[in-house]
Amino acid sequence: MSTTVYVPRDATAVALGAEAVALAIAAEAARRKLDVRVVRNGSRGAFWLEPLVEILTGDGRVAYGPVHASDVASLFESGFLAGQSHDLGHGAVESIPYLHKQERLTMARCGVIDPQSLADYQAHGGYAGLKAALALDGATIVQVVTDSGLRGRGGAAFPTGIKWRTVLDTQAPQKYIVCNADEGDSGTFSDRLLMEGDPLCLIEGMSIAALAVGATRGYIYLRCEYPHAHAALNAALAAARGAGFLGGDVAGSGRAFDIEVRLGAGAYICGEETSLLESLEGKRGQVRFKPPLPAIKGLFDSPTVVNNVITFASVPIVLARGAAYYRDFGTGRSRGTLPVQLAGNIKRGGLVECAFGVTLRTLLEDYGGGTRSGRPIRAVQVGGPLGSYWPESKFDTPLDYEAFTQGGGMLGHGGIVVFDDTVDMAAQARYALEFCAIESCGKCTPCRIGSTRGVEVIDRLRAGDRPAQQEALLRDLCNTLTHGSLCALGGLTPLPVLSALEHFPEDFVKPMAAMAAGS
Amino acid sequence: MSARRPVSVTLRVEPGSDLPADERAAVLEAVQACRSLQGSLLPVLHAIQDRLSWVPPRAVPLIAFELNLSRAEVHGVLSFYHYFRQTKPGRHVVYLCRAEACQASGAVALEAHAKRRLGVDFHGTSADGRYTLEPVYCLGNCACGPSLMIDKELHAGVTPARFDELVAE
Ligand SMILES: Cc1cc2nc3c(=O)[nH]c(=O)nc-3n(C[C@H](O)[C@H](O)[C@H](O)COP(=O)(O)O)c2cc1C
Ligand code: SF4
Ligand code: FES
Repeated sequence: MSTTVYVPRDATAVALGAEAVALAIAAEAARRKLDVRVVRNGSRGAFWLEPLVEILTGDGRVAYGPVHASDVASLFESGFLAGQSHDLGHGAVESIPYLHKQERLTMARCGVIDPQSLADYQAHGGYAGLKAALALDGATIVQVVTDSGLRGRGGAAFPTGIKWRTVLDTQAPQKYIVCNADEGDSGTFSDRLLMEGDPLCLIEGMSIAALAVGATRGYIYLRCEYPHAHAALNAALAAARGAGFLGGDVAGSGRAFDIEVRLGAGAYICGEETSLLESLEGKRGQVRFKPPLPAIKGLFDSPTVVNNVITFASVPIVLARGAAYYRDFGTGRSRGTLPVQLAGNIKRGGLVECAFGVTLRTLLEDYGGGTRSGRPIRAVQVGGPLGSYWPESKFDTPLDYEAFTQGGGMLGHGGIVVFDDTVDMAAQARYALEFCAIESCGKCTPCRIGSTRGVEVIDRLRAGDRPAQQEALLRDLCNTLTHGSLCALGGLTPLPVLSALEHFPEDFVKPMAAMAAGS
Repeated sequence: MSARRPVSVTLRVEPGSDLPADERAAVLEAVQACRSLQGSLLPVLHAIQDRLSWVPPRAVPLIAFELNLSRAEVHGVLSFYHYFRQTKPGRHVVYLCRAEACQASGAVALEAHAKRRLGVDFHGTSADGRYTLEPVYCLGNCACGPSLMIDKELHAGVTPARFDELVAE
């Protein structure tokens, strides 16, 4: 009988050597004349264990990691195909505390199934949501999504059901479903993990959206920095199409819906939804004025649902298990779960999906295990490049959209970037302004020009050139950015800048002056 | 003999007739492959860059002609997006992540090392023509930085020593 061995094809796992491991396992099995079937799953997101190899045994899946190609012979020698112990062994994969403690709703299948296998997908609950949706009319689907409390996971946290309602209520001959897979925020990779590990879940979520609002065409706008996800999506789309889950007659419903992947071209601003639509139309990615809302006048002037990957991927379970099931997770107005991404200088980096309400400290310490460098954590940046830098005193903030806003930050797409005590916070503030200048779409003067001025002001500040004056100038500039920007790129760049200045003022003092002050 | 009369001649130059054959073919193939798409300019530019490794500015008139757009529109799009190249790169492109999560793991030092090792600044090509160095803002590998991608191959935990190995290969 053949033994099934799982070796992830996830981009991070591959970057850490998973291809060589898969080849070595096949070669070693051939050499020993053992019947081994290698399945290329996605990643479960415990990246510090990647490449994480799993063996399907009579007692479930047993994990080994991080496995390098040079470990493969010794793994065979100690009988890993039968789940025997080894220095790299972790026992049953589900019992690894990092994974065991999570509440996986949206990312439940990531790392578990073969992402290209429709049969595997369906055997693990896939397409149950679409089946449930097919029994409902559009308005009822929208109501279920509204009742679930699901809010957009791309950053702005707008209630998904309300957006869909607008598109449903707008009469038009053509409507579109657009998935925002631009995932530009540093420190985030949940979209990528899902697209590589469970792409059919995204396709199912978009299909439900199409049924709900009456759309027939969908686009996935994928950043071109994700070639692995691109391949995974195209394979999954072909599988879904081949089985009649996409095309002229979706799952025998008589309704048409199909999806095309479009690649971005390295512009952060194209993650902003109106810029994204411009880009999809083949134009420069310049932000549009709102109104009109994309829900009313979106892609090619037609009503368009634009949602993040994780938003769409959360919809199937809402339909399959009911709005209440999903809504019962979470806290306050933040319902359900958030796939958090632990990134940067962190010992156990990866994806942690938890119900809202868990504290930053639990994530950083219990899951993350502190820094990778072993030094104290000095700052974290939550919510991408436009998020605030927070010191340790804020680590008891619960994961909750409103709590983060109240604390002067934002949760955004759920990325947490960890810095140890060697970080120079003035350099981080400077980088935030530099990034704004590089990625500005050019429409507003403060964002286009002011950001570069800001870099110069920080340079003068750090050089000790009339510091009080420079600081006043920097605050003034930030004020102009906050109030004179059409979108959040210019509008929120002051968050990382001013939070760094507020919580770490000592880093903005010229080293000589700091030394003099300290002596 | 009568005086010479001024003759007016309209020279009709076929767009793209001045292009090297490979560039012309790349544009026409790209346009053909994307013909049925709505808003096809980005897919066309991608397809050209996939074939040539850059989008020669002299190809703009042909792209514009084929897609029924103005040259200004094509040029505007081509120059807006960081990924599209208007200069020919080296044999490989190194996309080095500069974003925060990688900064937290040593990307600033790696960037300085890479520039020194290749003898270039960002967007430059090493003297041997092998590598072009480009900045990139996140590769989705943020738990295992510093990250870089050589062509389409992603690498994690890239130390300066590992960088030297990668570019020596
Ligand atoms: C500068 C900027 C960049 C953004 N980048 C992304 C992105 O990469 N991915 C994303 O889903 N949303 C991004 N957004 C948010 C989108 O504009 C939009 O709110 C989102 O796609 C809506 O989907 P959701 O409701 O499912 O979150 C960005 C917004 C701004 C202002
Ligand atoms: S704030 Fe910046 S990115 Fe946003 S619309 Fe204005 S110029 Fe463009
Ligand atoms: S910040 Fe470098 S890969 Fe995300």
